[in-house]
Amino acid sequence: MNQTRRDVLKTSSGASVLALLAAAGFVIPGPAVAADWNKAAFEVKTVPEAFKALGAGAPATSADIIMKAPDIAENGAVVPIGIESKIPGTESIVVLIEKNPNPLAAAFDIPAGTETTVTTRVKMGETSNVYALVKANGKYFVAKKEIKVTLGGCGG
Amino acid sequence: MADPMRIRAASKDGVVNVKVLMSHEMETGQRKDAAGKVVPAHFIQSVSATWQGKVVLTAQWGPAVSKNPFLEFNFKGGQKGDKIQLTWTDNKGDKRTDEAAIN
Amino acid sequence: MKALPQWVAGIVIGIASAGAAGTALAQSAAEEIAKYRLQLQAGNPAELWEARGEDLWKQKRGPKNVSLEQCDLGKGPGVVQGAYAELPRQFADADRVMDFETRLVHCMVTLQGFTFAQAAARPFGSGTNRSDIEALTAWITSESRGVIMNVATTHPREQEAYRLGEKMFYFRGGPHDFGCVTCHSESGKRIRLQDLPNLTDRAGAQLGYTTWPAYRVSQGELRTFQWRLYDCFRQQRFPEMKFTSDGSIALTMFLARNANGAAFNAPAIKR
Repeated sequence: MNQTRRDVLKTSSGASVLALLAAAGFVIPGPAVAADWNKAAFEVKTVPEAFKALGAGAPATSADIIMKAPDIAENGAVVPIGIESKIPGTESIVVLIEKNPNPLAAAFDIPAGTETTVTTRVKMGETSNVYALVKANGKYFVAKKEIKVTLGGCGG
Repeated sequence: MADPMRIRAASKDGVVNVKVLMSHEMETGQRKDAAGKVVPAHFIQSVSATWQGKVVLTAQWGPAVSKNPFLEFNFKGGQKGDKIQLTWTDNKGDKRTDEAAIN
Repeated sequence: MKALPQWVAGIVIGIASAGAAGTALAQSAAEEIAKYRLQLQAGNPAELWEARGEDLWKQKRGPKNVSLEQCDLGKGPGVVQGAYAELPRQFADADRVMDFETRLVHCMVTLQGFTFAQAAARPFGSGTNRSDIEALTAWITSESRGVIMNVATTHPREQEAYRLGEKMFYFRGGPHDFGCVTCHSESGKRIRLQDLPNLTDRAGAQLGYTTWPAYRVSQGELRTFQWRLYDCFRQQRFPEMKFTSDGSIALTMFLARNANGAAFNAPAIKR
């Protein structure tokens, strides 16, 4: 194992530094907890900025992203959201809530072998569009749905 | 020490359905307490699920995920009796890992 | 028909001339809310309380360092399955009628050696300030899920508690001259966005009682029946209802017995 650190750090696009270090024997691979929390993306205040921070640019609308959520949430503190992506090669599904102080709510990375459907629950401060951003084969797609909130869920 | 999660994993026709309930305040950092002081943000930032050493899901969360988070997903290949592990880490560095057998 | 949120009612009134279209809109709003409620059933955070409660029940605690596993909830020491569906009831050893939470505190005192003040110190939790009572209630009630409500009033004290509870239900007082009856004696009513069960109607009474305790999404907490009564008193601007007071037991007796015949269905999940 004669690789120098410089060799290892010459990453090719797409491979994570962690994976390369692991391959070179510098790091023992374990259950991969998601890489450093994407603070920049979680702290932007608008959906377009979030898309930019996630590298999604201007995603194309897709009818192959199905959002399973009620039209009306009785309480914004807990809004059930299910997202199914039928787009081949789906690698990640991201939930964004337009009118929340910070739109990025959750981002899921889906390895091969896992179905491209996730369900969780989010807080919505007020009636808003909810966006489902999907990355598939390096391209980005989006669907949106308006959910009416009868009682805001941001506290108080 | 963080509370245990409730994990339900059921295998049917080669697909394992996983439902998880996590015990966590998921404090946004925007709420004020009775004294008018801001309650600091305290929320799960990352989640991972593994089966037989293979990662079957990872996620990054913000404080907009609801308190006592619920998560559901499906993956292929797991058999009855196999174990799956769920791990979360929060913004204060607290961590919790729980394991469950697939039904 | 389910009660509707204010803003929907506003739209419906605004399209008064629409007639059938207005009704269709109202109907679809009710359907959507029903969908919301259904989606919540998939994962009830109450299970987290149930898990804690089961541990607390089995853990040796208190000055006597004993678990609650010999606690007699009315069906014999340690018999937990189905016990909640028969409460409140007269207990010979305490010579009084007790609801579940009162009996729980009694067991914590007599078996584990806590004082009443220690056992009842925190009946309602908040965030990281947990309530053992809520966790224990979640577990014990989960052991009655599906059991048909079967509260007896054979003992004279049980009958007396029922009559007192009934009197309390209809009693009007406080600065607004409210009584339970004010909000809970007509069908199809709501306060702001909250449906109000008609507790004078058999079906309403059954639904009203069998879905407590519940994880309340709006609070992010599991709330018990003692809490429900406490909060109703607060909303009516009545004096504060004391945890496990005779009055709370009587009112519980009245409401629980009126739910007889229905399957107990808690811990539930509610707005």
